[in-house]
Amino acid sequence: MMALALILGVWAAGWWVNTRLAHSAASDTAGVRLLIPAVFGLTLIAMWEIAVRAYDISGVILPAPSDIAVTFASSIPTLMADFNQTIIKGALTGYIIGMIAAFGVALLADRSDFLTRGILPVGAFMAALPIVGTAPIFVKWLGSDWESKAAVVAVMVFFPILVNTVAGLRDTSAMQRDLMRTYGAGYWPSLLKLRLPAALPFIFNGLKIATTLALIGAIVAEFFGSPTVGMGFRISTSVGRLAMDMVWAEIVVAALAGSAFYGAMALIEKRVTFWHPSQR
Amino acid sequence: MNALRTLFPVVTVIAVILGIWIAAVVPMNIHLTADQAARQDIAVTPDTPAERKELSGLSLALQNTGIWGMTYTLERPRLPSPHQVGAELWDTVVMKNPTSRRSLVYHAWVTLSATLLGFAIGTTLGILLAVGIVYNRTMDKSVMPWAITSQTIPILALAPMVIVMMGSIGIQGLLPKSIISAYLSFFPVVVGMVKGLRSPDGMQLDLLRTYNANAGQGFWKLRLPASMPYLFASLKIGISAALVGAIVGELPTGARAGFGARMLVGDQYGQPIVTWAALFGAAITAALLVAILSLIERRTLRRMGMAGAAA
Repeated sequence: MMALALILGVWAAGWWVNTRLAHSAASDTAGVRLLIPAVFGLTLIAMWEIAVRAYDISGVILPAPSDIAVTFASSIPTLMADFNQTIIKGALTGYIIGMIAAFGVALLADRSDFLTRGILPVGAFMAALPIVGTAPIFVKWLGSDWESKAAVVAVMVFFPILVNTVAGLRDTSAMQRDLMRTYGAGYWPSLLKLRLPAALPFIFNGLKIATTLALIGAIVAEFFGSPTVGMGFRISTSVGRLAMDMVWAEIVVAALAGSAFYGAMALIEKRVTFWHPSQR
Repeated sequence: MNALRTLFPVVTVIAVILGIWIAAVVPMNIHLTADQAARQDIAVTPDTPAERKELSGLSLALQNTGIWGMTYTLERPRLPSPHQVGAELWDTVVMKNPTSRRSLVYHAWVTLSATLLGFAIGTTLGILLAVGIVYNRTMDKSVMPWAITSQTIPILALAPMVIVMMGSIGIQGLLPKSIISAYLSFFPVVVGMVKGLRSPDGMQLDLLRTYNANAGQGFWKLRLPASMPYLFASLKIGISAALVGAIVGELPTGARAGFGARMLVGDQYGQPIVTWAALFGAAITAALLVAILSLIERRTLRRMGMAGAAA
């Protein structure tokens, strides 16, 4: 009873603070906009911690946040090795390969209106398919090390980037293209100076969607076979040993890496497309 | 007219992809085929397995043009040819009794039921949360940043843990997979629905106020109808995410039925055609689900007088 009252009390306190903050005069300043979700998150974590401690929930079902933090801090070398294997070698390599391939195909298709009209629907269709299921096939072809993960990631990120790039390259008006023609600009100058810059918001949209897909592909592909290092390997073996604190620690790493990857893309976008209305 | 204008390019692109696939079968399978041919006393150059291993698939294929035909009919190819996958699909979908464990329809239903249950849960919760976010400022400020951040996190990594966690408190079968599906389809729906419910502009909201409409009427007559295009766009993302979630949910637990289980079986027992058929089965299922949603979308928007928005 005491524990339940405490949990509800923490919730009420957190909610009260946030309501005050959200309705205060300063609610739209940058600091408060970060503070409110932070308070909300901390409230949830506090409730989680109290619930696990008070009701003696077994670590096999749900470890307490403090246990996860301890595991995280004590296994940083392992987590770093897994991060290096899965994110740097698997996800990032595959992301770059898929990105270059998608740009290449998009530029080729762009030269012909016929191909563009074919590639857009097919690519959009492929982007909705469960491509992560190709993981066992690539593991069989390329072995269980990071090369097969990079291949899965490359195929997964290829279609969203391709579709967005092709759609973006079509996003100039006839008036703008005619203006370039009156300047005597050929295909390449008008591509580099008009159509590519105009496509950038679309391209970055695809690149941002692809960041999450890259991590998913690299982690899930490791469930099908991997060397004895890697985030997916660690998650599946730790689940087998019922070491849930280690699983949660890996999930924290995955969440941090995912947000950082996405954030990096958003930052580059901000720098490169500073002129676009959505960035001003 | 317009449909015909896209049909021909689409068919061309698909034909090109099929062509690349068919061309790739020969170099991918040539090593296996050469070994098999050597066992059947067909002359192969070079004639020892060790020497053949040194060569790349392409150069070995160029030296042995005579056995190209055999690469398309291997029982356990590295890369099955399209007709082998097609035959396997035909065999397991049409020829087998749908209730049999050997039928792909049976496995499709196992995955599909988990997907649909999870999709229903995730969509319902997502819409409710979106309504809460739009009408409650505290909720908006506290939850919305997390809903957006969560889309940058590889949530699918949670799948094995959810299965085991639910298993250890005695819940098995359909529900754990559905929870993963629900979780994956939840966030796109929240984000899309919030955008949709906020899409009416100030002028429209003011008009309702001049009609003396209360909050409920404002919701049912303006905000909810206005959100429909946004809702359908996120439903289509949500359902394919839900299907991926259900498939991945079948992998780590050694599930005995479903698309994920078929892929694992094909992988572990060295039957690549089974894996490929399961993969295409999953792809066809995803395509059908999205197509059904598109159809409902077009019908709904047309009845609401928003046919232009759907195009």
